[in-house]
Amino acid sequence: MRANAVLPYVLIAPSVLFLAAFFLYPLAQTVALSLSDADGFTFAHYARMAGDLNFKDALVNTFLLVAVVVPLQLIAALGMAQMLTKLRKGRDLVLWVWTIPLGVSDLAAGLVWLALLTDRGYLNSALFALGLIDAPTGWLSYETPVTLFFAIVLAEIWRATAIVLVILVAGLGLVPKEYDEAAQIFGATPWQRFTKITLPLLKPSIQTALTLRTVLAFEVFAVVFALGGTSFPVLVGEAYIWQFQNQNYAVASAYAVLVMAISLGATVFYLRVLRTPPEARG
Amino acid sequence: MAGIVIDGIRKSFGAVHALEEVNLAVADGEFVALLGPSGCGKTTLLRIVAGLETRSGGRVTIGTRDVSDLPPRERGLAMVFQNYAVFPHMTVFENIAFGLRMAKADRARIDAQVARAAGLMHIEHLLGRYPGQLSGGQRQRVAVARALAVEPAVLLMDEPLSNLDALLRMEMRAELKAVLREAGTTTIYVTHDQTEAMGLADRIAVMHGGRIEQIAPPMEVYRTPATTFVGGFVGAPPMNFVKTLAADGKVRLGGLELPCPIASGEILLGLRAEDLAPVGADSGFPFAVRVVEPLGAHILLTGETAGQTLRVVLPPEHEPRAGQTVHLAPIAGRWRWMAADSGKAIAT
Ligand SMILES: Nc1ncnc2c1ncn2[C@@H]1O[C@H](COP(=O)(O)OP(=O)(O)O)[C@@H](O)[C@H]1O
Ligand SMILES: [Mg+2]
Repeated sequence: MRANAVLPYVLIAPSVLFLAAFFLYPLAQTVALSLSDADGFTFAHYARMAGDLNFKDALVNTFLLVAVVVPLQLIAALGMAQMLTKLRKGRDLVLWVWTIPLGVSDLAAGLVWLALLTDRGYLNSALFALGLIDAPTGWLSYETPVTLFFAIVLAEIWRATAIVLVILVAGLGLVPKEYDEAAQIFGATPWQRFTKITLPLLKPSIQTALTLRTVLAFEVFAVVFALGGTSFPVLVGEAYIWQFQNQNYAVASAYAVLVMAISLGATVFYLRVLRTPPEARG
Repeated sequence: MAGIVIDGIRKSFGAVHALEEVNLAVADGEFVALLGPSGCGKTTLLRIVAGLETRSGGRVTIGTRDVSDLPPRERGLAMVFQNYAVFPHMTVFENIAFGLRMAKADRARIDAQVARAAGLMHIEHLLGRYPGQLSGGQRQRVAVARALAVEPAVLLMDEPLSNLDALLRMEMRAELKAVLREAGTTTIYVTHDQTEAMGLADRIAVMHGGRIEQIAPPMEVYRTPATTFVGGFVGAPPMNFVKTLAADGKVRLGGLELPCPIASGEILLGLRAEDLAPVGADSGFPFAVRVVEPLGAHILLTGETAGQTLRVVLPPEHEPRAGQTVHLAPIAGRWRWMAADSGKAIAT
């Protein structure tokens, strides 16, 4: 009896210790760094962060990116997952091809899209060859914020939709097909089956996918830097600049803590909004 | 309005032939039970009629429409699934109302129909709950109520009462029968329980190994089974089949002599357990009683005749002891001849 009660904690202990050593401790350190200076406790670093020229742009840009990218990714992944279920053969092959971008690092993905979209890139060459443009056109500079934004959105969607897709496909596999069949029998159209049966039953998976994707989207950095350099400030990019260019670790820590707080907020938001009460689970 | 014609339906899952040439015509308002052991293809046939399963051949007609290639929702039917398929994210009320909502019924009609269907299934008190808070039997009744609520012209039910305890099952059975008869609902009712099939159906289709072996009213299936399988599957205890030898168009079994449809050779004599009565030694066959089971309304005897096991049901006033030998003869006309090789009934 006693041994059984203790055993689970013993088994969990290594992972807890690991997390404590390599996550909680640095985290505490970061928070401490952002809240202190030579004289002790201070909010000065946060004030400096908020007063910085790029801060508001970085904040707005990051939120804008998340607000555009994440919903588009959810919609795309839902559509792709639905298409996969309709396939009779080759599902695994298609899924495999769709998930290839997951294996590409974000910086590499950014560079791929840079090669495509830069003013001497493939797209410019193609449009020029077709006579659709007279001269190579720049889309990725600070003078063209709108096209730069959409280039980043495009690259992010290409790069990271598959993680949402994989979670949704796994979730769909757990939903017995009888529910959809019953809906068909009782007169639901394909759209009604999707909105009234598939979506609600997929809610736990959607919650997981959105949480994961949103948290990662708030940390967007490498793709942005590869495509736009510093023309499109984002929060993690600012942390990077403060850390390595300005060598001000405290303000960099403040940025890091801010990103973490936002991620935490997003997680709590999804946990509440997409909650499935235990009695309504399948 | 809406009879069902199943015409030459075939179905293979890869190398498995689940259905081979099934033909079945259900008249408008008729109640047909599909009866057969597990794995004989009942669910597959029902799903093909519903449009949920593709078919390898044949056609399905409902009313005057060939529905073979229509999606389920255009076939105008309701169904009770073997594993309920009650939506877990909806309350019982929302589940029962689902079909009506899809049909854009108005509020008043939805409320009235849900109340009626829930009342029939005795689940009015559960309307606000989620399926996760219900027992298997309660979920099953929600599934039936959901189908009844849309007042379908055609109703397909796949073992809809299998998860209820015996008493509730008997009660629900009677109510279902009354409701469906009153509404004139054309019904195919899948079950592996022969009592249920006998009690409910206008006609029973007995399935075995992907084919229908006999379609007939319950008493006809019981009295004159078309095959030894049907005789053995329908009725408890199963029909006795005594292997006998015909000579000169007659079969002799002890003191019993019966005219038989073949001149000579092996033939099976089919005898229902309760169609045998004790007689004198000169006119009956000997039956060595091995086990006596008094069951209240009657007694069940297990014993042997000519080295073959027989089961016999007698009224309770007879009480032979184990080890005794009694002489038995069939009641006039209550026997059936079956071919020894094919197991098919031979017309007399
Ligand atoms: N989706 C399927 N894939 C392969 N074989 C199946 C499938 N569904 C049913 N079968 C097979 O078809 C036969 C009939 O099954 P089923 O219709 O479920 O029988 P029943 O409802 O009478 O128990 C069984 O041998 C079963 O294994
Ligand atoms: Mg079945």
